This record gives sequence, C-alpha cells and structure tokens, in this order.
Amino acid sequence: MNALVQADHICVRLGGQEVLHDVSLAIAPGEIVTILGPNGSGKSTLLRALLGLVPVSHGRVRRSSGLRLGYMPQKLQIDRSMPMTAARFLSLPKRHSPEATSAMLARVGVAEVANRPLTGLSGGQMQRVLLARALLTQPQLLILDEPTQGLDQPGEAGFYHLIDDLRRETGAAVLMVSHDLHVVMSASDRVICLNGHICCEGTPRVVSSAPEYRALFGLGTKGALALYQHDHDHDHTHDHGHDHHHSHHDHHHGHGHA
Amino acid sequence: MITTIPTTTITMGMAMLDDFLIRAGLAGLGVALATGPLGSFVVWRRMAYFGDATSHAAILGVALALAFDLPVGLGTLAIALLMAVTVATLAARGWAMDTTLGVLAHSALAFGLVAVSFVPDARTDLSAWLFGDILAVSKSDLGFIWGGAALVVALILWRWSALLTATLNEDLAAASGLNPDRERLILTLALAVTVAVAIKVVGALLIAAMLIIPAAAARGLARSPEAMAALAALIGAAAVLGGLQMSLHLDTPAGPSIITVAALIFTFAALFDLRRR
Repeated sequence: MNALVQADHICVRLGGQEVLHDVSLAIAPGEIVTILGPNGSGKSTLLRALLGLVPVSHGRVRRSSGLRLGYMPQKLQIDRSMPMTAARFLSLPKRHSPEATSAMLARVGVAEVANRPLTGLSGGQMQRVLLARALLTQPQLLILDEPTQGLDQPGEAGFYHLIDDLRRETGAAVLMVSHDLHVVMSASDRVICLNGHICCEGTPRVVSSAPEYRALFGLGTKGALALYQHDHDHDHTHDHGHDHHHSHHDHHHGHGHA
Repeated sequence: MITTIPTTTITMGMAMLDDFLIRAGLAGLGVALATGPLGSFVVWRRMAYFGDATSHAAILGVALALAFDLPVGLGTLAIALLMAVTVATLAARGWAMDTTLGVLAHSALAFGLVAVSFVPDARTDLSAWLFGDILAVSKSDLGFIWGGAALVVALILWRWSALLTATLNEDLAAASGLNPDRERLILTLALAVTVAVAIKVVGALLIAAMLIIPAAAARGLARSPEAMAALAALIGAAAVLGGLQMSLHLDTPAGPSIITVAALIFTFAALFDLRRR
C-alpha cells in the first residue's frame, strides 16, 4: 500500500455511543483532503482515531511505517501559570536550533512572536505558531483540526493559501477538518462529507453537487458553490463576503432541522 | 525546642547546635530542591488539591507504620503512593476532581488523625507529623531526604521535555509519540516520594504549601519553564534558611516559619510583578 494513513471500516465508540460507523479512507502522499461535516458529526474523532489518540472498536487504522506526522490541535489552552515563549514551544518535545525555529516562524508569517509568551498571542498568531510546530518535524502528513477556527474571512483565506504553498514546497499531504464550506472547497483536492459515516466524497465540485451533501448542509450550498468557483481565481470582492454570510446562516438553519 | 537542649558546657552546646542546625538546613535544602521543579508542575497542572490529598494521607501512613513497627518513611511513602494512584485513576475516569479531591484530602486527614489516636508513640508528637520537626532530623533522616530528593529531581530531569509537552496538551504529546499516561504516572510517583521526604521537614499539613508557594512566587519572575523550576527551587531554599533563622531567633515552630518566609517572598514577588506591568 502506498497510502500514508488508511482506515479500514473503523467504528469508534465514545461514552457508549457510536460516533463513527464503518468509515474507510486513505490519504495518498501530497494530496489535500478536507473532512467536512456539521458539529457533532465525528470529524475530530476521526482525526484522533487516525492519530491513534482514541481506540477503534472495529476495523483498523494503518499508518505507513516511519510516517512523520505533524499535528495541529483545534486549539491550545495555555495555562497562564506556565511561562512559555513561542520559540520554546516549537522545541517541544524535540529540541530544534534557534535558527530553525525562527526560520519556521518567519515562513508561516509570524517571525515577530518568537520571544513573546504564548499567552499573549492573538488567535491567528497562535494558529500559525501551532502550524510552525507541526512543520518542524518535516512531516509527510499534516493533520489539522479546524485550523481556521476563530479567524476572520481574510485570515481564513490567507491560512489556506499558506497551506497550499506549503504543500507545494514540501510535498506533504494535508488532512484537515472544517465545518465551513467555502474557502475549504477551493483549497482541497478531495472532500469527504462526514456525518457519523461517510456521506459522500470526491473533488469539491462533485461533492458540492451531490444530493447527500445538499441534504447535510441544507439548500445554501448554491452560494458556497458560487464562491468556490470564483475563489479559484483568488478573487475576493465584497459580494462574496455577503454570499458567505448567507450560506453560513443557511448551514446552521439546515443543521437545526436535521 | 532550642531551650530543651542540654548545655553542659558551652563548647559542646555550640558544637551540637551547629550540628543539628546544619542537619536541619541540609534537610530543608534537599526538600526545596525537589519541591521547586515538582511544585512547578503542580501549579501548571492545577494539582494543588492533589498535593493536599496525597500529603494528608501521609498521616495515615505514619500511624500505620508506628502501629506495625515499620519504618515511618516506608509507611508514608506507601500510603502517599496509594492515595496518589487512587486520585490519578479517578481523574482518568473522569470523576469531578474538585469534589473527589475535597472528599479524599479531608477524609485522609481525618482517618489519619483517628488512626494516630490509637498509637501512643505517634500521639505524643502528633504536631511534629502535622507541622514538621526539622530541628530533630537525624543523619539517617538526612540520607532518606536527600536520596528521595535526588530521585525526584532525576525523574523530572529525565522526562523534562516529555512532561512539559504532556502538561501543555496531552493530544499534542500523544501525536508526538509520547504517552501522556506514563508522564502523569511519573509525576504521581514523584509527588508520593516528595511527600514521604518532606513530612519530617514541614509536616503533612504544609507540604502542599512548600510545593505551591515557591513555584507561584517564581511564576512572575520567570520567562521560561526551566527558569521557573530553578527559581522555585532557589526560593524554596531561601525560605528554608530564612525560616530556620526565624525559628532560632524568635523561637517559632520551624515548619510554619519556613512557609511564612516563603509566603513573604511570594508577596514581594507578586508586588514586583505588579509594578513591572
């Protein structure tokens, strides 16, 4: 097998409830795959199962031998009682040279935070520091759990461009989770729709027109698709911002009735 | 304590004074060396109550050891370890820690005090077990204290990077190939050893204070976890020496005097930190 990580018919139970049922997927080198699903659909659990952080009750997870993984958690709660600069954090648990850490911080666009305490960073800076830490292991596979949570739309778009650039530079595959539909669509080779099981998967274009996807995310997907197509030209105008908000609203609405 | 020392001749008295004071100082420094770094983890992981429960349980260990004629160090170590593992297991099962630790910490103390009342030996110097008896530290006590402290420091140095990563975020640690459960166990073990080592110096009631106050004082002054752990050990050492001096000159109990000095250092550090902002 040449997949970096592969799940074969896995089921995961948490607190007596089956959160994931019969999920199979494989991540090939160099591809960007996004897992999309409403809140509580098991997205983070799937990532955690692939990482080996939660046990699977059925099926198996296989990682290619010697796989270098970079993991970026959804958020990092830093207790104020721990003094920790961004540069020191990048050297955990493995030490890296100061040159390597500051070069990596510069690469993800936050060179200025190196000697600042983690507790003083903004949400966007923190996300980039977490990404820099994941990149320092020279990963073959980057696993990102809702990497743009809490970012505004330009911040989000900028973050996905950075991911895309990094993939091209390093050849690392990227597996990420998101519940926002739009920017993700443009940044992914493959999208997997999850709601406890895999509803549908394929290229962004295929998925966004699939009936399962529409059922899952309501009728607001028209706007998302439009944005996706425009986004490919990396064209951000004021109107798209409106589109975004509309479809986002619909998304929540649809979920509420689901 | 000081007034009870026989003063047959002045020179002999002075020699004895030197000796027990030096022993007391060395015992306190040994404890401070362990409680500095370990206390930093207690603060970072919000394990203050955990330290309370474990150290209160040590009283029960003292009573049992005396009742069954076992070495007191062994008894406190065993019961402290039992309590620490119990708490860690309950925490891993998702029990509400605030309540659980409240129940365990105070029950352990109550059971310990009841058990002590059945053991005449322990009953006579109960306050020594509760508040420490650093001025009565013997040479073999000193060996036990430094052995235990060296073990704790070695454990923490050995696992430093892994412990820090697991303390920051357990998922991040696991994704880096570490086992957060193992790191937690190492801290649990270190805590039990520290309790057994420190009971003679500051007593069961004040061990948690010795863990938390120096580390909390160091927090505002340090910019890295390493600096905080080292500074906490230094502050603990200063508190020990200052507390001993205070005890000597004001004839106050040594254990509480040490904690008093630590609390004063904490206050000054907090004021300094406030002014700097």
